[in-house]
Amino acid sequence: MKKLIPYWLVSPYILYFCVFVAFPVMFSVVLTFHSWNIISPMKFVGVENYVRLFNDRLFWQAIYNTLRFLVIHIPLQIVVALTLAEFLNQKIRGQAFFRGAFFLPVIVSGVVVTILWQQLLGFNAGILNRALSVLSFPKVAWLEEPAIAMYAIALMATWKNVGLYVILFLVGLQTVPVQYYEAADMEGATHWQKFRYITLPMINPTIFMVVVLSTIGGFSLFIEPYIMTEGGPLNSTLSAVMYIYKQAFQYYHMGYSATLGFCFALLILGVVAIQKRYVEQEM
Amino acid sequence: MMKLLRYTLLILAALSFIYPFIWMISASLSSELGIGSLTLLPINLTLRNYSTVFERIPLGRAFINSLLVALITTGLVLILGAMVGYALARLRFRGRNLIFYLIIFTMTLPFQITLIPNYITMVKLGWVDSYFALIVPFVMNSLAVLLFRQAFAGLPQALIDAARIDGCGELRIIFQILLPNIIPTVLTVIILTFMGLWNEALWPLIVIRDESTMTMPQMVTLFSVGGRADAQLGVKLAAAVMLALPILIVYLFFQKHFIRSMASSGLKD
Repeated sequence: MKKLIPYWLVSPYILYFCVFVAFPVMFSVVLTFHSWNIISPMKFVGVENYVRLFNDRLFWQAIYNTLRFLVIHIPLQIVVALTLAEFLNQKIRGQAFFRGAFFLPVIVSGVVVTILWQQLLGFNAGILNRALSVLSFPKVAWLEEPAIAMYAIALMATWKNVGLYVILFLVGLQTVPVQYYEAADMEGATHWQKFRYITLPMINPTIFMVVVLSTIGGFSLFIEPYIMTEGGPLNSTLSAVMYIYKQAFQYYHMGYSATLGFCFALLILGVVAIQKRYVEQEM
Repeated sequence: MMKLLRYTLLILAALSFIYPFIWMISASLSSELGIGSLTLLPINLTLRNYSTVFERIPLGRAFINSLLVALITTGLVLILGAMVGYALARLRFRGRNLIFYLIIFTMTLPFQITLIPNYITMVKLGWVDSYFALIVPFVMNSLAVLLFRQAFAGLPQALIDAARIDGCGELRIIFQILLPNIIPTVLTVIILTFMGLWNEALWPLIVIRDESTMTMPQMVTLFSVGGRADAQLGVKLAAAVMLALPILIVYLFFQKHFIRSMASSGLKD
């Protein structure tokens, strides 16, 4: 009887795993070979969904958009977060205030941030453009220009999440032994040299964590373009998750949507695995 | 010189994070004409935008839904997470490692893969448009289990032995003896779970169609995407302020805990 206690305690997890992880993953594979609108019976279609995916220009556009988002978002986030963390890591008055301020957008819903930024990025009334015209720069059509809109969203996402990464970098910076800097001071190293040859290599694991976290976060981009641009202009901000959502809940193509989700998840796992391997080589 | 530069940069950065929020609040209190300006204080102070939001959508109902869902789910995450975490940390049994690997596997699995099948499960269970769909899929949280496992592993065995001699059952040991000793972990789990649930917008958009069951982020999203805000900026902003306010208020009181819990988990929504 006593032997059963541990199993009784972990049974909620096992049940959860079966219903919400194992079953969906297997069912997802089955679903990719079917056509189904939920109401009528499932129809086996073989690899038709996969063929369709390969020829679906909108899906590749959505992948391309998501990658474009990541390519600007991740480096920007690392540079800004690391700079702020490096500045905060010195003896500074009001540490808590600054950390608290940077963290503010992190805790608020993405819905709030998006509605707020929609106003900030407006062409005529937006604060950003007003500030630009005060400085006598030309106005920018942040959300109306297909070539720019995704970058504007990446800028917003960076503003939203950077506070979290400032904190993670601060934790990382505190693990660097002070002796290293003292030794470098004796050799007469400059600020930049200390940063380049001590700090950067020492916080490599943190950088890796930030890259992985923001890759996974970036791949799940949905609510920001959904509210802000509804995927436009000209599908330039249609993200992959948004496209999966549309296929399922606007057109009721459950089988095809599952295929998109399945292939996209494999892509994410692949990208993260490559990142991991690359970093292991570096270290 | 370097010092001055450092402070200037930090203050500018801090302003760029705080000012938009202040602007949002004051613009939501301004008349439509005043919104385009860069002010700190509302222009023609009015509550009109807020009353318009309540006229157009049942936001009060959505607030109660969000609160109920977030509180119940957080409570369950706490209870179930502590049970599983305790078993993994302090009990020896066959399959313990297997469960640990399943948890890691679950955490690395992108949610995109389970999204559609999970929706279908909800349909088949008849849970669409019910609180069950919003609560049940979230009652188990792999990160919470891992945090509890780590915290329980750090406690002295004597604590458990003493309780056993006094005749405590495992559940009493977990919740009455051990949990009070790991309050920081409990707070971390509460903050991360509650915040995640309060801000979750995608899943409710998928499983809820009926207005009376909608959560706040979903309601505000549909309000600002759909035509009901009539492109009135102030009204949209008022809705956004009401969605942000509860979390912001809690944050002002528990700032330290928020930051610590996020730093210890390294995760975001």
